[in-house]
Amino acid sequence: MQTEILLKTRGARSMGRMLLTACVIGWFLLLILFPVFGVVKEAFQGGIGAFVSNLKEASAVRSFLLTFWITLGTVVLNTVFGTILAVTLAKQRFRGKLIMEGLVDLPFAVSPVVAGFMFILLFGPNGWIGSWFEAGGIKIVYAFPGMLLATLFVTFPFVAREIIPVLKEFGLQQEEAAYVLGASRWQTFWKVTLPSIKWGLVYGITLTTARSIGEFGAVLVVSGSIINRTQTATLFIHQEFTDFNYSGAFSAAVVLALISFGILVFMQKVYGGKRRS
Amino acid sequence: MKSAVNSKSRRKSRSSTPGDLVLRSLSFFYVFLLIVLPLIAISSRAFSGGLEGLWRNIVSPQALYSLKLTFIVALVMVVVNVVTGTATAWVLVRYDFPLKNLMNALIDLPFAIPTVVTGIMLVALYGPNGLIGGLFGRHGIEIMYAKPGIVLALLYVSFPFVVRTVQPVMIELDKDMEEAARTLGARPLVIFRRVVLPSLTPAILTGAALSFSRAIGEFGSIAIVSGNIPYKTQVASVYIYGELESYNPQGALGMSMVLLICSFLILILLNRLQVWNRRHEHAD
Repeated sequence: MQTEILLKTRGARSMGRMLLTACVIGWFLLLILFPVFGVVKEAFQGGIGAFVSNLKEASAVRSFLLTFWITLGTVVLNTVFGTILAVTLAKQRFRGKLIMEGLVDLPFAVSPVVAGFMFILLFGPNGWIGSWFEAGGIKIVYAFPGMLLATLFVTFPFVAREIIPVLKEFGLQQEEAAYVLGASRWQTFWKVTLPSIKWGLVYGITLTTARSIGEFGAVLVVSGSIINRTQTATLFIHQEFTDFNYSGAFSAAVVLALISFGILVFMQKVYGGKRRS
Repeated sequence: MKSAVNSKSRRKSRSSTPGDLVLRSLSFFYVFLLIVLPLIAISSRAFSGGLEGLWRNIVSPQALYSLKLTFIVALVMVVVNVVTGTATAWVLVRYDFPLKNLMNALIDLPFAIPTVVTGIMLVALYGPNGLIGGLFGRHGIEIMYAKPGIVLALLYVSFPFVVRTVQPVMIELDKDMEEAARTLGARPLVIFRRVVLPSLTPAILTGAALSFSRAIGEFGSIAIVSGNIPYKTQVASVYIYGELESYNPQGALGMSMVLLICSFLILILLNRLQVWNRRHEHAD
């Protein structure tokens, strides 16, 4: 009798398990994966030839190139300054440090459209800094520098946030040991600090890359989305979509989705390395 | 030698070396240029016309509608996301099934995919000509260019938040208490509600706050799936973009300030949650 009840509840429990697992997998497929297949199917509706010729269009090629340059600039600048920022916040004590830590997180919470708007107000032709550059004949907003600044803003926290915890855990001892043994600050950084933050840094750079390639709202607002001039890949997709040129939009979207998929695979590898160390 | 070490480290902790100062100045410069100055620029512009003008922009009917819609779709998304996200984390942590590792890796996909691409993908599948959207369309149910589409887009872009904040806490959970409750005769749902859920609450709330924060600012995917129809599918971020497009920065200022204040409040809330989380961990 007792065992019968026990068996029954166990049977009910495994039924419940299967049901819950099925629901979760079903939801995941419906929400996350099927749309990916949906867009791939649409992009290849006219065959591979149509897909390739959509991507060979001059404005498409230019937009992907611009995305590449903005991403490169963003990664370089935010890696250098993000590392400096992380070292400062993790190793130094000064007044206003808490406020600064809070400010570093802010870009994650700000809407990209608002971010772009802020940069127009500051660097636009009538802005405090923008008017100054305008007098020197340099355009920031509606041009490459503005797009770079907006992307720098939205990806600002990634590198610093990834390496601050590592730096804090790592502590001062090993660095001081190296320093006392006669290593210069620079040598200490290259030979002692950098190896310890390596994985965090790579992870932060990967996140920065993914976000730079995918940024839309902030760049749209500061760029004016001028075809062939200030149009990145995401802006190109948006333009094609609003012009009802769906096959062009779907084709370019598939390429970007493929790139993000590659980044995701790389991230998983790095995450494995980060956890091991 | 030893005293040299001591004096050196002591000196270091007391005053900053020139190198420290260089690093600190560079950090200040970068934060000031990219974050502080833009914030000052937008706030000073917003308040330059006086509070009254700013207020009038915020309470214009179209702005109010889009603000209300933003909060409603964000809340609906958060409720769904909390349930599905916790269930997903639970299944991934506790059960075994084929291709589990692959699914676990793919959870982060929405973070890697550009939001515009998300919008395009959803239209491709759930749009009027899409495989699933067409099916619904024949029964007169619109998903894309309507409110369900906005919720769907928000669910997509914020899917990983709850899963990824709850998952680590779930892995660390002590199973002894559940076992004890089970031997005492508690049913699975009761065990989950009374034993498991209390330990997960801070993590679930953190995931919910992150999702909500993302939702009220989200632009790219919504710009594609919503159709941006005023008084129907226009959310706050799209409203701001519309005002900027029609050369009315004044109208965009009020809404931007509202969103910025929300961002600040959510950051403070997340900070509190983190403190609570840590206390929770220590209590265990």
